[in-house]
Amino acid sequence: MKSLAELAAIREKMQSKVNIRENGATMKVVVGMATCGISAGARPVLNAFVEGVANAGLTGKVSVSQTGCIGICQYEPVVEVFSGEEKVTYVNMTTEKVAKVIEDHIKNGKVVTEYTIGAATK
Amino acid sequence: MIRTHVLICGGTGCTSSGSMKIGDKLEQEIAAKGLQDEVKVVRTGCFGLCALGPVMIVYPEGTFYSMVTIDDVEEIVEEHLLKGRPVDRLVHKDVDEDVIKAKSLEETNFYKKQIRVALRNCGVIDPEQIDEYIAMDGYAALGKVLTEYTPEQVIQVVLDSGLRGRGGGGFPTGRKWALTAPNKAPQKYVVCNADEGDPGAFMDRSVLEGDPHSIIEAMAICGYAVGASMGYVYVRAEYPIAVKRLQIAIDQAREYGLLGKDIFGTGFDFDMEIRLGAGAFVCGEETALMTSIEGNRGEPRPRPPYPAVKGLFGCPTVENNVETFANIPQIILKGPEWFASMGTEKSKGTKVFALGGKIVNTGLVEIPMGTTLREIIEEIGGGVPNGKKFKAAQTGGPSGGCIPASLIDTEVDYDNLVAMGCMMGSGGLIVMDEDTCMVDMAKFFLDFTVEESCGKCTPCRVGTRRLLEILDKITSGNGTLEDIDKLEELCNYIKANSLCGLGQTAPNPVLSTLKFFRDEYIAHVVDKRCPAGVCKDLLTFYIEPEKCKGCTKCMRNCPVNAISGSVKVPHVIDPAKCIKCGACIDNCAFKAIIKK
Repeated sequence: MKSLAELAAIREKMQSKVNIRENGATMKVVVGMATCGISAGARPVLNAFVEGVANAGLTGKVSVSQTGCIGICQYEPVVEVFSGEEKVTYVNMTTEKVAKVIEDHIKNGKVVTEYTIGAATK
Repeated sequence: MIRTHVLICGGTGCTSSGSMKIGDKLEQEIAAKGLQDEVKVVRTGCFGLCALGPVMIVYPEGTFYSMVTIDDVEEIVEEHLLKGRPVDRLVHKDVDEDVIKAKSLEETNFYKKQIRVALRNCGVIDPEQIDEYIAMDGYAALGKVLTEYTPEQVIQVVLDSGLRGRGGGGFPTGRKWALTAPNKAPQKYVVCNADEGDPGAFMDRSVLEGDPHSIIEAMAICGYAVGASMGYVYVRAEYPIAVKRLQIAIDQAREYGLLGKDIFGTGFDFDMEIRLGAGAFVCGEETALMTSIEGNRGEPRPRPPYPAVKGLFGCPTVENNVETFANIPQIILKGPEWFASMGTEKSKGTKVFALGGKIVNTGLVEIPMGTTLREIIEEIGGGVPNGKKFKAAQTGGPSGGCIPASLIDTEVDYDNLVAMGCMMGSGGLIVMDEDTCMVDMAKFFLDFTVEESCGKCTPCRVGTRRLLEILDKITSGNGTLEDIDKLEELCNYIKANSLCGLGQTAPNPVLSTLKFFRDEYIAHVVDKRCPAGVCKDLLTFYIEPEKCKGCTKCMRNCPVNAISGSVKVPHVIDPAKCIKCGACIDNCAFKAIIKK
């Protein structure tokens, strides 16, 4: 270790890997991972979220976790995004849709209305 | 891509209840479900809640599992890690709240009043990965002092923080450094005292096991401040996990150039080594510890000269305790004002306590100085189990004293404890309930110091033995009132004349029990009675004829055939044969046997 810059570089690199252990997330992505969710393809969706959030440098600020059956099995994979009091439910998710949700909603706070349960039940 | 971290405690407590095997099994099950690229198992240091071990936390949810067994692993992987359904029956719940289930660590009564400074990384990072420590701002404090501060400024920061030695006496750390720095010598040393000897205290072990890099970083900072280029950690050999992790940490720090020559390209050199102690209590005393590092029999030497002038190998030496060092990097990074904002007027910051004895949550807690004993015992510790009444708390181990129930609202800090005839010690806090005999307790600690006295000076070597003999006499029912006066006189003599801290503090358990529980001593001497029902020589076991149904169970279980009688006729105990083992009481279904 010959300089502070080297230390800072390791810190930068590692922080995204350990800050999952802090409860400081302001936004929460929850993927339904019950049997119905898994068979409908929730796992690639979950992984896409984990990767997308990490690539955006948001681990620690945005937590990605799973939950059991949300109760609307016909719309699986279901993803809920919580920020503060607000909850948005996305349905029939795919990895392609995840990319857009991360870009628009997670990064820029703009809900992707056409993927939400409201749009699907119309 | 890793989405979930499973943190499993790898401290000594949980390891002995099988956490390492659980970790291995977790990894197997995770691989069997094809989750190895998504879920990572991390073996951390101690979480503090040792009574509930093995403990485990799953992030990002923060679900806290306690008392996990190897048979639970499959269910945790299948249900929680794969399907996202936390296994409710294993989620830790607070005892007194059946409505609210505490799902995460921070929500439990045990944790919510805690402020973790010295223990900040214990149970959070993998202690065998230097990168994880660096991610938690590790070595940033060392970098900051080497590039921005002069040695004098470092000492000033430590002085301003008000940090006092966490190993017992509470000497201001900054002043210790300031006394060592100006002494000109070709070689100076930094020594870390990890010879944790108080029965029941294990905070130093926890820091070394859970966050060894913080000690390395702090010692290097200290080395820079006082002009030392070499450090030693004196740790007891009976802490194998701590020794192993510290050695791994030292090797990693060397590999990264955080120990060795020209650290951060600033021209500052610092290296360190581990020295193993054989577990002698006296080696926790600073001069005895240095004598032991030098390769000699661990015996204290007279002070002055103080270590700051003439310490290890005759060179100026700073010696601090593990917990003291663990606070240093945070003080540098967050500033002395932050540290001084916690605690009381003369005791700043936080203190780690090892809760033990008759308390629900046995384990390690870190709380601001000045927290009341009531908060520690009733709120954080969960109170005394089995509906028993709190009688006293013992602090400072064999060198400390007891705090009676009447003083439970005392704010715990260095000076309040000393004013009560107690001392902080290293932070062992043993809770006693109404079934504890205070004379017996004092005898227990005296027994320990008699064993551990190094024998160098007469007041300690002979005096403590005479104390123990008088206590023996009292607890066996042969004491007189004069013995109590003699006890007191001898205690004061030993305190005033012993060479080192061991002897000077050895009478404290006797003096403080005499101060607060003199009536118990008098009951032993005058009434020949042990009020708590502990001292065997003063007890008689007796079967109440009206309650005894004559079931013969006690007779059959008596190991010395002291009970006689026939079926359906009340039995009788022969006091001449009875060894007072209590087997009959444990076996009687009718509560007919009493001791008095």
